Amino acid sequence: MLKFCSIFSKSKSKNLFLLRSRTKSTSSSQSSPAAYTFSRRIFPYSKHSSLLAPASISRVPPSRSFATDSEARDSIEYDVVVVGAGPAGLSAAIRLKQLCHQKGADLSVCVVEKGAEVGAHIISGNVFEPRALDELLPQWKQEEAPINTPVSSDKFWFLTKNRAISLPSPFHNKGNYVISLSQLVRWLGAKAEELGVEIYPGFAASEILYDTNNKVIGIGTNDMGIAKDGSKKENFQRGVEVKGRITLLAEGCRGSLSEKIMGRYNLREKGGAEHQTYALGIKEVWEIDERKHQPGAVLHTLGWPLDHKTYGGSFLYHMKDNQISIGFVVALNYQNPFMNPYEEFQKFKHHPAIRPYLEGGTVIQYGARTLNEGGFQSIPYPVFPGGAIIGCSAGFLNVPKIKGTHTAMKSGMLAAEATFGVLNEGLDMDMYWKALRNSWIWDELYKARNYRPAFENGLIPGLALSGLEHYLLRGKHPFTLKHGKADHEATNAAQLHSPIQYPKADGILSFDVPTSLHRSNTNHEHDQPPHLRLRDPKIPETVNLPVYAAPESRYCPARVYEYVADEHNQLKLQINAQNCLHCKACDIKDPKQNIEWTVPEGGGGPGYSVM
Amino acid sequence: MKIMVAIKRVIDYAVKIRVKPDKSGVVTQNVKMSMNPFCEIALEEALRIRESGLASEVVAVTMGPSQCLDTLRTGLAMGADRGIHVDSTSALHPLHVAKILRNLVQIEKPSLIILGKQAIDDDCNQTGQMVAGLLNWPQGTFASKVSPSSNHPGFKNQAFAPTMWWGFPKDKSNMSQIGKKEYTHGTMKSLIGVVLDKEKEEVTVDREVDDGIETVQLKLPAVITTDLRLNQPRYATLPNIMKAKSKPIKKFTPQELNVEIKSDLEIVEVTEPPKRKAGVMVSSVDELIEKLKNEAKVI
Repeated sequence: MLKFCSIFSKSKSKNLFLLRSRTKSTSSSQSSPAAYTFSRRIFPYSKHSSLLAPASISRVPPSRSFATDSEARDSIEYDVVVVGAGPAGLSAAIRLKQLCHQKGADLSVCVVEKGAEVGAHIISGNVFEPRALDELLPQWKQEEAPINTPVSSDKFWFLTKNRAISLPSPFHNKGNYVISLSQLVRWLGAKAEELGVEIYPGFAASEILYDTNNKVIGIGTNDMGIAKDGSKKENFQRGVEVKGRITLLAEGCRGSLSEKIMGRYNLREKGGAEHQTYALGIKEVWEIDERKHQPGAVLHTLGWPLDHKTYGGSFLYHMKDNQISIGFVVALNYQNPFMNPYEEFQKFKHHPAIRPYLEGGTVIQYGARTLNEGGFQSIPYPVFPGGAIIGCSAGFLNVPKIKGTHTAMKSGMLAAEATFGVLNEGLDMDMYWKALRNSWIWDELYKARNYRPAFENGLIPGLALSGLEHYLLRGKHPFTLKHGKADHEATNAAQLHSPIQYPKADGILSFDVPTSLHRSNTNHEHDQPPHLRLRDPKIPETVNLPVYAAPESRYCPARVYEYVADEHNQLKLQINAQNCLHCKACDIKDPKQNIEWTVPEGGGGPGYSVM
Repeated sequence: MKIMVAIKRVIDYAVKIRVKPDKSGVVTQNVKMSMNPFCEIALEEALRIRESGLASEVVAVTMGPSQCLDTLRTGLAMGADRGIHVDSTSALHPLHVAKILRNLVQIEKPSLIILGKQAIDDDCNQTGQMVAGLLNWPQGTFASKVSPSSNHPGFKNQAFAPTMWWGFPKDKSNMSQIGKKEYTHGTMKSLIGVVLDKEKEEVTVDREVDDGIETVQLKLPAVITTDLRLNQPRYATLPNIMKAKSKPIKKFTPQELNVEIKSDLEIVEVTEPPKRKAGVMVSSVDELIEKLKNEAKVI
């Protein structure tokens, strides 16, 4: 029930003009949060707390003090709304338009993207398997997709402190390409727009809209122009409701809205899935000496500098134009709270077998993102009333292959086909689930299901089982290994470990976080409420710091979390939200799950172009 | 009354700039571009003047290759009524831009031209002044509005104060305290930025200069360039972005406008600034003098 029907303030009245026929000038969604109220924090946090709080009340920090503000939002309607202009989202949009063209239908498709431009938040290794793209846009080569460096060599090393032992490569990368996913996604965005998809970068979907039957009817974008204390700035702009008959969530790994939806509709239980497990990937793109550059060369390493209890490794891919992608991935179920994945990466670059590539080169960009490692065991039931979850938000990454782009794209295409069936022929969205189970995604992920869980017992058992899997069993065993503890529960208390001394950055091969961060082109409007919310503001100083020695000050690759002495010489948590790379590591790894990553004002965040 | 705003597409301010290996310029490939921040402020000011009823139309002009259309669309999404794109792939220096604007003025006949004070890629700070010179129009550059409590969040927009104000602060030694009580009026005057008087055909501009604030009154038609603290540009809303797709954009080429793009300037080399060297601790004054004499060679 809309209690307040105020129109925009005087200077904005020009914006409430007659919109086109498919838009409405006032919000009709009854349970959309037209009024900001204080959130109710009386219940202890649980993963499904979103079930206890009605979705109509948005969680806001108590400092926001303008409860009277509930101006009606503009509402725009589409047939399909896609959240996230990544490989999955754009593949779904393209597929929908292709189906419309084929069958003579006309569906309006809108993609909202929180990055300032399409591709700005896209970061990935990336050795690309063109399987899904071949199905989606078979003419990609003629249409000059930025896929032009075929894999030329495939190496796999086990590193010790001083040596690199060559192992047989478990990957079959023949026919794959070394690419920059950010560049490919930009190309996909252009293709989508050619087909009539409307893409709106710079708009962050911050809330889900529901109708009275608990069905999802679209998303609401962030209000823009709110100051740090919650008051409205000069350029305050109310968010917009983007409604769709079907909403597809393609936010990538640990998508903020997807997590809420999965909690609200119990999608993990429905799919019989385990919890999702994650890894943090940190990556740099270097321009190196052309004599050392071998286009298409692919290298993966295992071992040093990680210990045998921590799963992870590195990658080094040679792209074109003397550029290489080098990165380090650490599974987030590491136990030692003193572990610093960023510093491990910096350390790794000094290895005698790695440093020759980098010497004489310069870093072009830096970035970080979490990725799914749960695989088959963690796939939730991805359909909810009013839409579906696609891509890494559901989690289709093939861990032993370390590839998730092709499966994400395929999931988008399958969801698009199901969506078309729903909107055009009155079928059920459950078709998407059935299509997934009958597709090569399922087949691939099923075969790959035991590789990662085998490493729960350490590096050697993991490698042994991997070898067995790869050469003999190939997924044909009757059992499915389970994941260990959830990532945030795996962290041991600090007293069980001792601090790790990391070498200082030398400024040539290794760098400190501020220098690296500058290379990510990250920025946020600084005068906005912090988008990293603490469910209980006392926990950092009462739990994180004394028990776990503040792990967030180490795993965050952007130095967002710092403990600074206040005027009483007590260490207090300081959140530098402006640095955030949107990697979601804190949302995953915080031991008490106290940190909630919410989406900041659209247009902020990293600015990846060659990642 | 028509207002013309010139906007430029530049490398986004948050991007880390890299110099090309051959030192001929900076890397612009695969780099995020956006509207020059000062141009955003100029456009915002024009939109506010139109919204107060004193102008009927805001025309946004951009010059450059076809990618500039993105920036022009953003300007239209913010609220400009029409766009003009002058298509040119060659490098345009301020004098070329000024000449093109002068010739566009003869077609469009605006009463006010508002530009950003400078572009963040070349930092020239010349175009506005050159346009005024070529047109023989008065100019009010570095238009700014710094009000006494502008640091307070939620401070209301005090543009368009009802009274016109004309004068200088009396005590020049206190000029660095902008907007404070030194002014002769005795009242706490809040600076008003740009104020248009349609009847008298004049515009009053508060200019932020090194000495403090200087207020000038210009007879229309005039040129204004905007400084950082003039206003907070609005966000382009989703409905506006959608509407902007159908707003008209007129295309010109420099040849059609009788401007020859001949460059008298040649960029010889672009290098990064030298890296700061670490400081050296000296143990005595004698050692300091010796180092200054022999190493730094400054004495």
